[in-house]
Amino acid sequence: MDRLKLVLQYFQSNSESISNGICIVLALISVKLYTSFDFNCPCIPQYNKLYALGVMFVPPLIFFFLGILVNRHTGVMMDEWLRPIGKRSKNPAIVKYMFSAMMQRALLAPMVWILVTLLDGKIFICAFSMSVDPKPFSGMPNNTGLDLIKLMAKVPCKEDMIFRNSTFRKAVSRYVRCYSQAIGWSILLFFILLGALGRLIKPCFDDHATNLQTRYWSNYLDIEQKLFDETCVLHCRDFARKCVVQFFEGMREDAVLRLPLSPEVRYRGEEDMVDEEEERLHGITKQEQMDQLLQTWFQCKPELDVTRMAYRPRVCVTWEDHNGQTLYSDV
Amino acid sequence: MDKFRMMFQFLQSNQESFMNGICGIMALASAQLYSAFEFSCPCIPEYNYAYGIGLLVTPPIWFFLLGFVLNNNVSMLAEEWKRPTGKRVKDPTILRYMFVSITQRSLIAPMVWISVTLMDGKSFLCAFSVNLDIHQFGNSTLIDGMTEVEIVKLLAKIPCKNIFNQPEVISREAASRYIKCISQAFGWVFLLLMTLAAFMIRAIRPCFTQAAFLKTKYWSHYVDIERKLFDETCKEHAKTFAKVCIQQYFESISGDMRSFHKHRSSKDDSDDDDDDKKKSDEDKLLGIRDQDDMNKVLWNWHTCKPPLALRKEQLDGESHEGLIPNGDVHGVSGGPNGYANGHAPDLPKREWAAYYSKV
Repeated sequence: MDRLKLVLQYFQSNSESISNGICIVLALISVKLYTSFDFNCPCIPQYNKLYALGVMFVPPLIFFFLGILVNRHTGVMMDEWLRPIGKRSKNPAIVKYMFSAMMQRALLAPMVWILVTLLDGKIFICAFSMSVDPKPFSGMPNNTGLDLIKLMAKVPCKEDMIFRNSTFRKAVSRYVRCYSQAIGWSILLFFILLGALGRLIKPCFDDHATNLQTRYWSNYLDIEQKLFDETCVLHCRDFARKCVVQFFEGMREDAVLRLPLSPEVRYRGEEDMVDEEEERLHGITKQEQMDQLLQTWFQCKPELDVTRMAYRPRVCVTWEDHNGQTLYSDV
Repeated sequence: MDKFRMMFQFLQSNQESFMNGICGIMALASAQLYSAFEFSCPCIPEYNYAYGIGLLVTPPIWFFLLGFVLNNNVSMLAEEWKRPTGKRVKDPTILRYMFVSITQRSLIAPMVWISVTLMDGKSFLCAFSVNLDIHQFGNSTLIDGMTEVEIVKLLAKIPCKNIFNQPEVISREAASRYIKCISQAFGWVFLLLMTLAAFMIRAIRPCFTQAAFLKTKYWSHYVDIERKLFDETCKEHAKTFAKVCIQQYFESISGDMRSFHKHRSSKDDSDDDDDDKKKSDEDKLLGIRDQDDMNKVLWNWHTCKPPLALRKEQLDGESHEGLIPNGDVHGVSGGPNGYANGHAPDLPKREWAAYYSKV
């Protein structure tokens, strides 16, 4: 439990970490989806390749678009790209940086899917079993009456009657799988080398100082957007509260000003308590008033203007003696 | 338990994430329901199609409607749509925004069901096995010897492993593999189209109407919060209303001219603490001190409930009476409330200022 909390806290510490976290979650989902997907090769010459390559490339497309969708930075980047200049000058380097970061993250889950399919090999077998030359393999069944292509197309399907317990089928599958895994590992190696080279060589070509600036300002944009949203929410809440209270008070029938008598004739404690109660009543004390209030709330919602409430005037009391001379005044 | 609580707290932190949580739960429920559901194709030519397609289409409709039912914002949308204009102008973009966001959330669980069903392939197999081109999978010589009706019956039995009894005519596995593969292709294409649609809506939308969008988002959020705060304020008001009403009822039965503020002359100031304690007990009795009074209270509460009209506080009326002999206060005519002894306020709205003199 604690560990989970720590991990969550780490990932929520800044928005880059959140994006990385989401990206990793998508990659894990892609692996899980592959393992739970029931791959079902049709074993028919015209359709094998189509099906297999479809399963290899359509889900990566889906994951790519999903990766772009769930990334918060997409919205921030689009905002920054499309906004009018106004009082803040636009820096194209920031947009480019955000775009490349977003692309890199979005490409992880598709790559994971493709690698997993290659390393597993089922899809390759389904797609390319027909292209295998059967001569090096012994034990090919030749009494089925099917032509070569149809026979080879059935290799991926274990349950088919002609291939029950057939060493031929197993040999061909192993051969194609081995090709598939070789391609998979090569692609993985290629990308790792590319990443390593990029990391090592980039500083030679890049201006580090500009890089720092770009990263800072793109992070700033993201945080600014989040804070703006939060401030809007808080403001919304205050605005709504004032509007509702103003509405209640507007339905009162009389304005009562509670003025304090001379202090020692009352007990402040309970006075405050009653004040609080009166406060919560907002002056609505009868059934008809309440009914009218609820009816009006629906029929005629109050205007969106809480200036009166926000700048409510204070009641000022002036104390005078019997001669009319001012002893004390709040004014 | 702890995990649930944490998740719950996180989800309730704001309305949007709560709705997203419900949406996610419904999607999981839909996947779970599919896996728990025991699919049993009837394997009869007339009913296969209806069963297969019905299972593909009816639960999504049900989940979609359930999404609307579970979403609190639906009633808010209806209210905002139907209200008279009054002092507040109605903005159709807000209604559109609310409707679109509710619909988007409700569409996720149906989508999950449809994709899972298509990926699994059973319902497609059940629905379309009779439309199979039998010559592609079967033994032509044996097929030519069968009548049309027999062929259709045989094809309809393909989805059912246990009752399919003619493997020499058609290879059942090959046929079901073929149909399943088509079903999965449909499934992936469906997912791709949905994702593209969502991508267009979310990623491309900022190209148009971004400023208007921010405005719409703020005001639709405002409507939601305002409604909640109004309910809260009404609840608080009702509580206080009830409390004061009951206190006044007790007081009216007991007949005491009590004030809620224990009103003493200055010489008791030294005993303030004890007085406070005794005062609160006395207060809590609300003037009812014997059995007959209490019985009267209880009886009348049922037979003759008090009207829903609170009297104003009698404090100033009393202090008025209490103090006048001392001659300390004058110029209190009418007092700040304008009435003593709790007459209902029929006076028109006016503002009072009272000048007190303190000698």
